[in-house]
Amino acid sequence: MSLGVFGTRHLQALLGSLGRLKRNAVATVLTLLVIGLALALPAALGLFVTNAQSATGGFSQAIDMSVYLKSGVPLAKAQQLAADARQRPGIAQATVISADEGLEQFRRYSGFGAALDALKSNPLPNVLHVVPRRDASSAAQLQSLRSYFAAWPEVDVVQLDTDWVLRFNAILAVLRRLVLIAAALLGAGVLAVVGNTIRLEILNRRAEIEVTKLVGGTNAFVRRPFLYTGLLYGIGGAALAWTILEVAVLVLDQPVATLAQLYGSRYVLQGPSGQVLGVLFGGGMVLGWLGAWISAHRHLRSIEPRA
Amino acid sequence: MILFERVSKRYPNGREALTHVSFRIESGEMVFLTGRSGAGKSTVLKLVALLERPTRGTVTVNGKSTGTLKARHIPAFRRQLGVVFQDHKLLADRPIFDNVALPLVVAGAPLREVDKRVRAALDQVGLLGKERMLPAELSVGEQQRVGIARAVVSKPPLIIADEPTGNLDPDLSLEVMRLFRRFSDVGVTVLIATHDQHIVRDLGKREIVLASGEIQEQGSADPGALPHVVATR
Repeated sequence: MSLGVFGTRHLQALLGSLGRLKRNAVATVLTLLVIGLALALPAALGLFVTNAQSATGGFSQAIDMSVYLKSGVPLAKAQQLAADARQRPGIAQATVISADEGLEQFRRYSGFGAALDALKSNPLPNVLHVVPRRDASSAAQLQSLRSYFAAWPEVDVVQLDTDWVLRFNAILAVLRRLVLIAAALLGAGVLAVVGNTIRLEILNRRAEIEVTKLVGGTNAFVRRPFLYTGLLYGIGGAALAWTILEVAVLVLDQPVATLAQLYGSRYVLQGPSGQVLGVLFGGGMVLGWLGAWISAHRHLRSIEPRA
Repeated sequence: MILFERVSKRYPNGREALTHVSFRIESGEMVFLTGRSGAGKSTVLKLVALLERPTRGTVTVNGKSTGTLKARHIPAFRRQLGVVFQDHKLLADRPIFDNVALPLVVAGAPLREVDKRVRAALDQVGLLGKERMLPAELSVGEQQRVGIARAVVSKPPLIIADEPTGNLDPDLSLEVMRLFRRFSDVGVTVLIATHDQHIVRDLGKREIVLASGEIQEQGSADPGALPHVVATR
């Protein structure tokens, strides 16, 4: 069989499937709606996780440590300690926030400026701000770093504000797992919906299948239009899911911007990325095709011509 | 072209439709298969078209033994065969052109070729110009001729027909049978199951008579065709 004939056959099957879907528009739309919703749900959940991560991206990675020195420790000693700390592996950054700078920052951000003016002397100690390297930020490594600083005689308190970061990242990990579970379950649902729709169509076209086999149509020839129908269901469902996602993003855009503003952020809700769309359409096509193939494999064999 | 050797066919329900049937039909012959309803005519045709396989004995069609042909070779086998049914089995939702084109389309013929051959086949059965009509818009006789056009469109060496005139009045029946004879005249082997004795007599072709699943009489081969081997019972 030449390539041209091969292409023609596939084109015929594709156009035939398209025409059939168009003729049964109402049934097609209902099926597409079910597939679209099933695909949109895990995609939306995934989008939520992605957005939550990038909205908080700045601080979910911000693991740092404040090392408060005893109040008698002079600034020069603090500088020297910071220099020592920088030598230690696993530390990306160690800077001194002097008592004066600390007071200035506190005055600016706390709103207690007037009250601070009443103080005769600066009550704040010198502080080392330590940022561990990202590849050395596991809970155990942070704990060991903390003991290292706590052992110094000049150190008063080591404060490690990472608990909530770890919790937040754990929540995101749970959500990501949930996305996978939802995708697996709803994917199975799409398989079942497409499979059943194709099964009904095969039964409806029984006479046609019998005649086709009688005049020498192979199983592959008979199966082809059904596979294309499944593929089209998958593509259509994915397109619908995409539309649903974009509409949802559009509707949520304003409230999310307002929420972000209240937290002093200019975060803008992100729609599905090219990668998400790739997974959506790829998944839709594979599921549609596979559902149709399973159904066709099961039901076409039993239809043989009778005279 | 068709060779039955001591063929028996028993259906799953236990009914023995054919018992030790042997006959030979030469290439280019036109043969009528007659007998009462239930005599086994349809079973013979089903065995030839490989809709059924023999329980015992061998059926050879076009040099292929149907008992052992693998399932994946059946489509190619059926493309060498044109089948006409009493109820013509046309697809009601497809225009005449699509119905006739089906055997060519499944065989992967190029579109231009399909167009040419479908028109030629419709011309042969006198229905040129009705390509775009639906089967229901045609008379019963015309529908039967569409069925014949579909059977001959891919120019198979063998045509089998099961009661092709069962629903037609005598004039139309004769017309349809003459059509089959024209194909036979150009070298196509034709096997027709019918209970229409008048027609068989009018056309003067060889007749194989079945009764209760056995051959009662199988006439002589066409003059001009090769002599057939006398079958054993």
